[in-house]
Amino acid sequence: MTNAPQPLLQIEGLRAGVGGREILRGLDLEIAAGEIHALMGPNGSGKSTLSNVLMGHPDYEVGAGRVRLAGEDLLELSPEERARRGLFLAFQYPVAIPGVSVVQFLKAAVEAVRGRESVRAAAFLRELRETAAFLEIGEIFLNRPINEGFSGGEKKRMEILQMLMLRPRMVVLDETDSGLDIDALKVVARGVQRIAGPSAGVLVITHYERILNHIPPHRVHILLEGRIARSGGPELVAELERRGYDWLREPSAAPSG
Amino acid sequence: MPELPSDNKLIRDYAHGFVTPVEEEVVPPGLNEDIIRLISRKKEEPDWLLEFRLRAFRAWQRKTEPRWALVTYPPIDYQAIRYYAAPRSLSAGQAVDPEIARTFERLGIPLDERRRLEGVAVDAVFDSVSVATTHQKILEEHGIVFCSFSEAVRRVPDLVRQYLGSVVPPGDNFFAALNSAVFSDGSFCYIPAGVRCPLELSTYFRINAAGTGQFERTLLIADRDSHVSYLEGCTAPIRDENQLHAAVVELVALEGATIKYSTVQNWYPGDEQGRGGIYNFVTKRGDCRGARSRISWTQVEVGSAITWKYPSCLLRGDDSVGEFYSVAFTNRKMQADTGTKMIHVGRRTRSTIVSKGISAGESVNTYRGLVQIHPAAERARNHSQCDSLLIGDRCTANTFPVVESDNPTAVLEHEATTSRISEDQLFYLQSRGVDPETARSLIVNGFCREVFKQLPMEFAVEAVKLLEIKMEGSIG
Ligand SMILES: Nc1ncnc2c1ncn2[C@@H]1O[C@H](COP(=O)(O)OP(=O)(O)OP(=O)(O)O)[C@@H](O)[C@H]1O
Ligand SMILES: [Mg+2]
Repeated sequence: MTNAPQPLLQIEGLRAGVGGREILRGLDLEIAAGEIHALMGPNGSGKSTLSNVLMGHPDYEVGAGRVRLAGEDLLELSPEERARRGLFLAFQYPVAIPGVSVVQFLKAAVEAVRGRESVRAAAFLRELRETAAFLEIGEIFLNRPINEGFSGGEKKRMEILQMLMLRPRMVVLDETDSGLDIDALKVVARGVQRIAGPSAGVLVITHYERILNHIPPHRVHILLEGRIARSGGPELVAELERRGYDWLREPSAAPSG
Repeated sequence: MPELPSDNKLIRDYAHGFVTPVEEEVVPPGLNEDIIRLISRKKEEPDWLLEFRLRAFRAWQRKTEPRWALVTYPPIDYQAIRYYAAPRSLSAGQAVDPEIARTFERLGIPLDERRRLEGVAVDAVFDSVSVATTHQKILEEHGIVFCSFSEAVRRVPDLVRQYLGSVVPPGDNFFAALNSAVFSDGSFCYIPAGVRCPLELSTYFRINAAGTGQFERTLLIADRDSHVSYLEGCTAPIRDENQLHAAVVELVALEGATIKYSTVQNWYPGDEQGRGGIYNFVTKRGDCRGARSRISWTQVEVGSAITWKYPSCLLRGDDSVGEFYSVAFTNRKMQADTGTKMIHVGRRTRSTIVSKGISAGESVNTYRGLVQIHPAAERARNHSQCDSLLIGDRCTANTFPVVESDNPTAVLEHEATTSRISEDQLFYLQSRGVDPETARSLIVNGFCREVFKQLPMEFAVEAVKLLEIKMEGSIG
């Protein structure tokens, strides 16, 4: 044990890829408890790859590097163990599971993450209804098969509902703001604010400034070609809006890194 | 207590696999007219019923075992089977043997009137005989006859004689003929005109004795504008031998009547090497005889070494409706060839087929269906949906939907899919903390939802649990 305060999420020299192609090429990132970070970067720069690697998607191979959650080696754990340790990923493209209702899905998830006592019928349903109401999700959604025929915005809300029910301590939001109307964006932001706090970490992956107005980040990182090309304060967002990504690309950098 | 086989793993897989130590009265193995006469005599049957059996036996002798199903098994020696086994205590006309009562208790079916299931009347069949039927009083108040087949022959002989074999004739097919010749017991039910049966009716079939076959017969008649929901459950001990179960179920729905017939079939399926298990060769047919009648079959088939079964509807009445909802799960070396026939004879008859096949292990799971539109069936409609889900890569799924239409006004729709449990769905659930095994069973339950929601509530809960247990360790 060490006495130095540990970052909640610590990524060091992470190299990872998919289908034999390396996409993350030595990525470093630290998020402390109580902090909200934003991750921005052009399409295809590897943001979702990072999310999937963090969560343990079986298709993604890790070549090198370390990822720790509260000091514990995440890469050794199965996806479900990572979830039980308090990692949550709001997916960019949540999948549908035909015939499995939101209630059933969340019951299984809450039971797995928070324990069997948390799903005692009455209390669980009450909590689910309240949380859904907080996110302005109609009750009829709870009995519908999860994500089946849901609109883009409804799926995103459903991710936030899951997040609140699972009470994670490290949240990764992969473009949860994309495709949301203004009201939905506020609802999502409200959900994230409820989770954020002194003991939780949040990583907001986005292309747009507007969600960051609702969820102001402490730090902003820019992912380019599989590496963090620049980190800074919130002012970096405005600069990106103004200048795009090109000024960050090193003209001399060899593509293979 | 009933004796337990020593193999713990088997017990965990198949908790119903125990044997009850009762003394049973059995007839010698073999099948001939003398045996049939003996069975008939033991049951003190009237002559017409013996005649029915003998006619069926002669038809059976002329028939050959069907070979078109996609199932393989060594030849069955019909002369090696015992065609009758009954607990001795019962033939002596006593109250239910405590050992047998305990068996049913352990299977979740208390027979004691004070502790019986709420809202469900049960006819409990143990090997060849019905041992008890609960809730008699309330049923009688409504004029409903629900009892063992043998009792019905004594109580309402005219009804039995009028309807027996009227849907599945004695010579219908090889196994139906065999059943008609030797059937031992089963359930009989008559719902009078205009009566909505206040309870779920249920028969629980239990095979106990070794070396015997079970040949039960169910006859259910819903008179005009009546309504009944009927459930059927089955289990058997774990044994190395294969046991033959050749049942016949006949349903008759008169004008405006509705019959909902649900089955949860969990016969012993054999072990991992495919040793033992029940051969479930069953003929089930419903006759929508009257206009606006409706017969709905729901089956959850998770047991048996081999299943050969096609619950069908003969839609004779105008505007009659036939439905077939099926989940068939096969694992290990199980083989299922199951489906339905919807025969549209009346005008504007409608049918719905929803079949969900799940194959795991090295099993073979076949859907076989026939939708037939007769020339007079103006504007008949059928919708068929047949989905197969494969688990692992050593199993096989087949779909043989046959459509024969002799009326151009018919509207027929057919959809079929074959899929595997998607990695993305699995990962999605895992990312929410759910272990892969639970995730798979959740996905499979979702796949079956359309069928499960047809089951009465308590049965649906049971079916979900049962499938979960069956899924365990099915991922190789
Ligand atoms: N399963 C996969 N198979 C093959 N290539 C993949 C796979 N997943 C991602 N990639 C590739 O990896 C690169 C990074 O993709 P990723 O989804 O991580 O980008 P992103 O930063 O999230 O982009 P966006 O902003 O569009 O969401 C892309 O070139 C993409 O095509
Ligand atoms: Mg992405």
